Order: sequence, then C-alpha cells, then structure tokens
Amino acid sequence: MKILPSEITSYKNYLNRRKFIKSSVATGLALGASTGLHANHLSDQNIYANQLDENDTLNSFEEITTYNNFYEFGMGKTDPSEKSDEFNPKPWSISLEGLINNPQVLDLEKLLKQVTVEDRVYRLRCVEAWSMVIPWQGFPLSELIKIADPLSSAKFIQFVTVFRPEEMPGQKRKLLPWPYVEGLRMDEAMHPLTILSTGMYGHDLLNQSGAPLRLVVPWKYGFKSIKSISSIRFVDKQPEATWSMMAPSEYGFYSNVNNLVDHPRWSQNTERRIGEFKRRETLMYNGYEDEVSYLYEGMDLRKYY
Amino acid sequence: MITTQSFKKIKPLIFLGIFFPSIFWSYQFINGSLGVNPIEKFMDNMGEMALRLIVLTLFISSLSEFKKFRFLIDVRRMIGLFAFFYVSCHFLTYIALDHFFDMNFIIKDIIKRPFITFGFISFVFLIPLVITSPKKMLKKLGFKVWKKIHYLIYPAAILSSVHFYMLVRANKIEPAIYIFLILVLLLYRLYFKIILPQLAR
Repeated sequence: MKILPSEITSYKNYLNRRKFIKSSVATGLALGASTGLHANHLSDQNIYANQLDENDTLNSFEEITTYNNFYEFGMGKTDPSEKSDEFNPKPWSISLEGLINNPQVLDLEKLLKQVTVEDRVYRLRCVEAWSMVIPWQGFPLSELIKIADPLSSAKFIQFVTVFRPEEMPGQKRKLLPWPYVEGLRMDEAMHPLTILSTGMYGHDLLNQSGAPLRLVVPWKYGFKSIKSISSIRFVDKQPEATWSMMAPSEYGFYSNVNNLVDHPRWSQNTERRIGEFKRRETLMYNGYEDEVSYLYEGMDLRKYY
Repeated sequence: MITTQSFKKIKPLIFLGIFFPSIFWSYQFINGSLGVNPIEKFMDNMGEMALRLIVLTLFISSLSEFKKFRFLIDVRRMIGLFAFFYVSCHFLTYIALDHFFDMNFIIKDIIKRPFITFGFISFVFLIPLVITSPKKMLKKLGFKVWKKIHYLIYPAAILSSVHFYMLVRANKIEPAIYIFLILVLLLYRLYFKIILPQLAR
C-alpha cells in the first residue's frame, strides 16, 4: 500500500479539524525547558478537561504508575514500580539510524528544544483487555522523523528499548528476547496522533512508565507503545517486533485495537477500565476510528491483526 | 515421631492457615489494597492457591505411602476440600466480578477458549470428589469404586496446571513447574500402585 506524502494530513490542519485534541497553549508554556515537564499537573486535573471524551475520566497518577507491563523490570504488574529504582534515564540519547539523510546520536535535552511538547489525553488499551485514560506530555513523532529526514526507501520504522541488565532486573532473565523492539509503518509513524512522550501528569515520565522517552500510539494495543527508547531505525521492510516474534498467531505487527478480532485466548470485545467495576465495550481502533481508519482501507483486518 | 494422634491436635491450625488467605484477600479486596485491578488479582490469587492445594494433596498421597508420613493422610481430605473451595472462589470471581453474570458471554467463553475450557473441566472433575468425600460415602460406595472416582484428581490437576500454563504470556517457568510436579507425582503413583503390583504377580 502506497501513501503519498501529500495524502498525510499535516499536523496543523489536523489540530484545526479535531476538537478533542485541542492543544492547550497555556499548559504547553508551563512545561518549560529541559526534559521540560516540571510543572505538576496533578494538583489541577481540570487542565485536561477539554481533551477528555465525555465518556472518559482520567485515571489517577497512582493507578497509571503502579499497574504496568514493562518486562524489563519483571513480569508482575507492580514489578516496574517496585524494581525500577536502579534505572537512570539521565542523561539520555537516541540514535537515529538507517535510511535517513541525518543519521546521528541525539541528546534528548537538545532534541526537546527543537520540538513542541504538548498535552495529549489518550485512552490506552492493553491487549490483556484492561484500559486507562492517561494525560501524556510529548511531541509528535513526525517532528523527529523530519529531523532524521528519511530517504524515500524508508517504509517502516523500528524502535529499540535500551538494554541495561544492570539497571533493569527483568533483562537479567530471558523473559523475552532482549532488547525489546517494536515497529510502525511510515504513515502510522507520521500520523499526528502518534507521539513520543516524555511526561505524564506534568511529571517527567517515571521509570515504570518508560522514562525518559516512549512511544504512544493510542489506537494500537499498549505493547506497541515501546518504552525507554534508545534507537530508532528507518528500514525498507516490515521490521521485527518482539511480541509478534514470540507468538505470531497472537500478536500481529499491526495490533490495532479491534473489538471484532479476538485474541486466540480471550475476547477483545470488552475491557475493564481500571477503576471501574463493570466491563466496557471496546471501541474500534480504541475510539480513534475517524482519525486512523483510512490508514488501513482495503486491508483485511483479520489477516493483518 | 509424629503420630496420627498428635497430628490431629494441630489440624485446626492447618485449617486456619489454609483458610486465612481467602479472608485476607477478601479483606484487601474490600479495603482497596489489592492493587488497581483488584478483580484480576483476587481471581489470580484464588486460582493459584487452589492449584497449590491440589498439588499438596497429591504430594500427601504419595508421601503417606511411607510409614513415617502416614499421619499426613489425615489432612488430605480437608486440603482437598479447601482446594475445591478456592477453585469455586476463583470461578465465582470470574462469573460474578469479571463478567458480572453475563452468562451468554461466559458460556461462549468456556466453549471457545481452550484455557477456560480446561479450567472449567477441571472444576467439574472435582465435584464428584467433593460429593464422595464424607466417610459415609466411602462406606456406601466401597473402597474400590471410591478410589476409582478419586483418581479424577489427576486429570483435574493436569488440566488446571495446563490452564495456568496457557494463561501466562511469557516465561512459562512457574506454570511448567506445576505441570512437572504433577506429572512426577502421577508417574510415581502409577509405578507403585499399578505397575509394581502387576510385576510382582
């Protein structure tokens, strides 16, 4: 499938079109420099009100930071919050590699001066059928892609999580083939909803949330949103992704949230929103259907799950 | 040496020790200290406890073959009944809390998902063991028939450990240990109870 660059909605047009993604200029300014996010928005959740869907309420900072899947720190849901003290995300650099005009190792602090960090409230739907609503701070991945300046032969992007077994106890065991890798098609990566996040609730990302830099792709299952990214590779073929290597019949490369295509072992029709008792219906593309369904037009979603 | 008599005295303690976790987790559940996804945690805890108790009964069966450990047989029934209690809590949590009595969905889920099918069959296999657990039933049925019924614990144990194995996403070492233990205990029993007597004939 070919997507012409001209077909991709520019970010600015996108913002004009989509009311839910109203970027709050005020909070954007409050974010400040360096990793940038020293303002603590926990005290005033109203900041995010204009980005919240009417059916959603924000999950608490505690919920978001004590229930995580981040096998680098262990397999239990509380392992990432309990066993990530040794991890040191500062200083940090990201290596841009592959089919690009500007391969380089970028210092994160310097990168953050070149991009616009803004608030994004997104639903996160885990493949395990639970979900949260999270107020991220981050910048569009497309801005970094522009810095990298990909060649026309670059069709996909692969992301790699840092490998530091001394600081990440889960990496000392063969829970997964390390390092964790994930990938996106170029048009998915360029999509205005796709961000690289550096903060949450106005804090720098905590280690358990993927400090200091993680991907957030809200219409895909959570495991696609790779954490603690150390390198980004531009490639011409669909790259490997950890879970779809581990169990290809269970986790596809696309892994778009799809209530109609079940995981072989459980239904994806409903989900438990953390903090709620009764299950909710899962929405197609996690409720971002209007924004992203064009990316997959004509594709058999049962085949490309 | 521990005698059956002296062991009987600590039976109430064992009872409380095995019962306590269910009380504690229920308290945590109500209290909100079971993490941010308490339903999942509650269900997992109950299920794993049940599996542990099932393995424990198998272990007791094999160990009590030895004179030294014969006293253990006295608590096997209690532990077995507790295993069923925890399995029931596990299953009820799935029905009532996880899916809020959506029976239409639950029945489909049990049929469609092998790991849930296995868990369910394992639960069903335990029911005749519970019904025939009173001493009266043993007398009524006769030891031979009773014994045959109670061999159901082995398929139930295998199915429930496979249920756990299939549920885990990565690093299946822990559930694999349960499967391994159960198979070893099964082979041990097969050898001493069936193969050896045949050879001796």
